[in-house]
Amino acid sequence: MSVTDERAPVPALAFDPDLAWGVHPQVALRDESFGALAYHYGTRRLLFLKSRPLVELVSSLDQYESATAAIVAVVPPEQRPAYRRALARLAASEVIGVR
Amino acid sequence: MSVDAPIENLPLRQRFTRGLDAPICLTWELTYACNLACVHCLSSSGRRDPLELTPAETLHVVDELADMRVFYVNIGGGEPMLRPDFFDLLSYAVDHKVGVKFSTNGTRLTAERARRLAGMDYVDVQISIDGALASTNDAVRGEGSFAAARTAMDNLAAADFGQFKISVVVTRENVTQLDQFSTIAESYGAQLRLTRLRPSGRGVDAWDALHPTADQQRMLYHWLLERPDVLTGDSFFHLSALGEPLDGLNLCGAGRVVCLIDPVGDVYACPFVIDDEFLAGSVRQEGGFARVWRQSDLFRSLREPQSAGACASCGSYDACQGGCMAAKFFTGLPLDGPDPECVFGHGEDALAARGSGPAPVAAVGHSKVDRRGVPLPVPTPVRFRTPARA
Repeated sequence: MSVTDERAPVPALAFDPDLAWGVHPQVALRDESFGALAYHYGTRRLLFLKSRPLVELVSSLDQYESATAAIVAVVPPEQRPAYRRALARLAASEVIGVR
Repeated sequence: MSVDAPIENLPLRQRFTRGLDAPICLTWELTYACNLACVHCLSSSGRRDPLELTPAETLHVVDELADMRVFYVNIGGGEPMLRPDFFDLLSYAVDHKVGVKFSTNGTRLTAERARRLAGMDYVDVQISIDGALASTNDAVRGEGSFAAARTAMDNLAAADFGQFKISVVVTRENVTQLDQFSTIAESYGAQLRLTRLRPSGRGVDAWDALHPTADQQRMLYHWLLERPDVLTGDSFFHLSALGEPLDGLNLCGAGRVVCLIDPVGDVYACPFVIDDEFLAGSVRQEGGFARVWRQSDLFRSLREPQSAGACASCGSYDACQGGCMAAKFFTGLPLDGPDPECVFGHGEDALAARGSGPAPVAAVGHSKVDRRGVPLPVPTPVRFRTPARA
């Protein structure tokens, strides 16, 4: 099949959770039962957001002054480190970007 | 979603096998017309079909894909650049956020058209060659086709198109040239893309002589593992049974995450099986493509859990999932058994055991024919060496 030609490496960007983040303007999110598919029209990469809560967090980033503020608002305390790591990975793939 | 069972707790790959609301991407063969006659053509192309989708119909399909948020389409043929409305369709698709990756033999990719492509966003160009040398390539694709493809690459480079792709179907003859393909790609700043030879279309006849040997497959697997920058379209997932999985989803996405629209608008489960058995419907039917994707009986059945069949006792089934449906279908093997190129040799055993049944026959399809309807020979006499057996 011809699905995942999405292998071009992207430069890793540092993730600063104290900055204001949002979905990258070249990224389209499509909801799916497991979470969402994210396609970056610039890097041509396809990525998977593997849970609904992560999709909700990513989609709400642009309503908060920082990623930390978004995490505090929507993620239970014990899960925050995991979601911070997930956002760092999405930042490295340019699914999210600094606003 | 067209599956009934709750799937929230399944691993991601299993969820994909249950189907998505819309394809991630799909293959769209725009025309059966082609000015080449490659011996392994998946769609037996040559002659344009008089019933091919009209320009207006193609734009309507794009509207549907945009509504379903299909991220991109892989456009092929035939030779898609032979369609007079090719650029209109391209512009319309990217304007509607449906990215386009198109495969071409390069013969119509002039300097002027290269400049036009360079000015478009979200368009990827894949130029096909099947040999790093003209002699190897032209034996499969026809006299002069290598030079034409190189000219197209030169045109894209001169137009500052950026990173295009060089697409190669790996064969017994060119698998020894992988490093040379890399060198050609590097010389253009292009990306190399390797895909699997399928016994589909005219490939039914070419496959026996051209598919890589078992030793060559192992070599290819290790070569790919060391080069994660080489694209494969996930087409070698049957090799993941050799150990560490190759990059990609490593599953058969037919009717689950991908499908094919052919030039007359028929929708097939798999980009590599244009055959009634895998025909799900038509974009011309009421409800269009979306209805076929979501409701066709064929796609629903493909999204049911599949039987591992003869592969059930193999420890590597999780890695290769039994391999490629198209490869099994066109070599006459049962779909719930090993891939004909199973890395453990189970496919060869199955091919030998197949014995008495009718041998698969290449469909004439849209191959160019003479006045009596007999397919014309490929443009050059094709001679393949007797395969070296290790």
